[in-house]
Amino acid sequence: MHPGRSTCLAPTQTVSVDELKSIAKRIRRHIVQMTAAANSGHPGGSLSSVEIATALYFFPVEDLMTFRKLGGKLQGHTIMHKPPGVEMSAGALGMGLSFSLGHALAGRLDGRDYRVFCLLSDGDCQEGQTWEAAMASAHHQAENLIAIVDRNHIQNDGFSDYQRFPDGNGRRPQRPGGWVLKDGHTANIMNLEPLEDKWKAFGWSTQHIDGHDFEAIINALEAAKAHTGGPSIVICETIKGKGVSFMENNPDFHGKAPSPEQLEQALKELAD
Amino acid sequence: MVQTARTEATRTALGPTLVRLCREGLDIVCVDADLGYSTSAVKFGQEFPERFFPVGVAEQNMIGVSAGLAACGKIAFCSSFAVFAPGHCFDQLRMAVAQPKTNVKLVSSHGGVVTGEDGASAEALEDLALMLSMPPFRVIFPADVVEAEQAIETAARTEGPFYIRTLRPKTPVIYDDSSYRFELGRWDRLRDGSDVTLIVCGELVKAALDAAEILAVEGIAGRVLNASSLRPIDREALLGAARETGAIVTAEDHFVHGGLGGLVAETLAEEAISQAARGVLSRKGH
Repeated sequence: MHPGRSTCLAPTQTVSVDELKSIAKRIRRHIVQMTAAANSGHPGGSLSSVEIATALYFFPVEDLMTFRKLGGKLQGHTIMHKPPGVEMSAGALGMGLSFSLGHALAGRLDGRDYRVFCLLSDGDCQEGQTWEAAMASAHHQAENLIAIVDRNHIQNDGFSDYQRFPDGNGRRPQRPGGWVLKDGHTANIMNLEPLEDKWKAFGWSTQHIDGHDFEAIINALEAAKAHTGGPSIVICETIKGKGVSFMENNPDFHGKAPSPEQLEQALKELAD
Repeated sequence: MVQTARTEATRTALGPTLVRLCREGLDIVCVDADLGYSTSAVKFGQEFPERFFPVGVAEQNMIGVSAGLAACGKIAFCSSFAVFAPGHCFDQLRMAVAQPKTNVKLVSSHGGVVTGEDGASAEALEDLALMLSMPPFRVIFPADVVEAEQAIETAARTEGPFYIRTLRPKTPVIYDDSSYRFELGRWDRLRDGSDVTLIVCGELVKAALDAAEILAVEGIAGRVLNASSLRPIDREALLGAARETGAIVTAEDHFVHGGLGGLVAETLAEEAISQAARGVLSRKGH
């Protein structure tokens, strides 16, 4: 349940935004339940990317409770073709965009009209391979490739940049590099800004939206699909742990499961 | 039949072989990280420009793009120097190729100390160890250009990950294409003997044949096995050599640990047969 995966899409089903919102809430309940049952996992990033993933496709709900279990379809990180719809093995960051570009180039070579969507995380955007692939995607004018960044500003050790950590006030700090906060989280691990300008400079068509607003996501994806001549990226501002108050913007839940009490509280907050 | 008059670099086999196979209808694509002129991959790009994808000096991306193409049904070849691929991209080979068993064929040149004048940084002595550590990869180190062509064709026609190691300099051509057929998991017995077996791969196959000639003068009958198929190995040939000749010497242009020497030792250890390994143990000053 890390967000750095890619998928070739089936034709979009027609579903209303209200239905999508209800599906998103249900998915959030599944995420807290399955990570609690497994006593581990990555609930934070999964919660921040729910709207993006829901707008793209629906994941079958059976077998969710086998998450991280020996013999289950859902390992701690995704394995290609094990769960239905999973197009690549993930878990090591930075590999999704290259793999997606391969799909895009194959589609063009075969004269097929599918589009490839690649979901990237803050951490993915720190890997050198992502920028190798960014350069190559524009170079090969992969207009059938659309990347989406789940920009929740939090990663394994803490806060990616100065914008979200407590008392950071959103201002660029004077001291260079990152530092460890009193609670053990690292602040300003690797600043990605100006992220949109970076992708622009690499030759991508860019959009920057609220990643929890279904209408904004759908409009952005439609605009990206209409773009020709090169790849498109939608940077989605999201909140890690979205929908569960004590998980929101809290690095503790990057890779930790909720306790039974926390699960109960989370399900209360996520009730219809 | 062994012929030795001609010399040719094994790296020259890649491009022309891919051109021939693609003309025959195989759905081949080639991803290149700015060394295709040296690995001969550009010859494929000249013939099939729409199937040739330069990605710049970016080996990690080269492996990822190849895996994506393979996932869409292509036979995805890529090439570089062995120090860069697998050197720069072990995790990409592990995650995007080995674990999901995507149909990617990495053919890297400039293996071994025979890379020579390019210096220590360019001499890959670790690539076979890296690739042998990932079981889904079939690992081939051809003895000459004829075997390299046949190994590349075998890789193209066999589903799953392959690593083929080629060399920079011209090396002796020992095989005749009309009489030799490379087979996965078969070690060719180039010379028979009952006193000792020389198990070798790559350009050292010719050196082993020369050594066997010298041994013969001293009355020692040396058997020579070409261990070009490092995975799968020819277990039957190896254990037969141990039983029938009682002594084994391995030689390779690679670190012994993790290479052919290690592979033979591991296999024989299971059968508790003694062995001596010859090859690179360490670099001076390292």
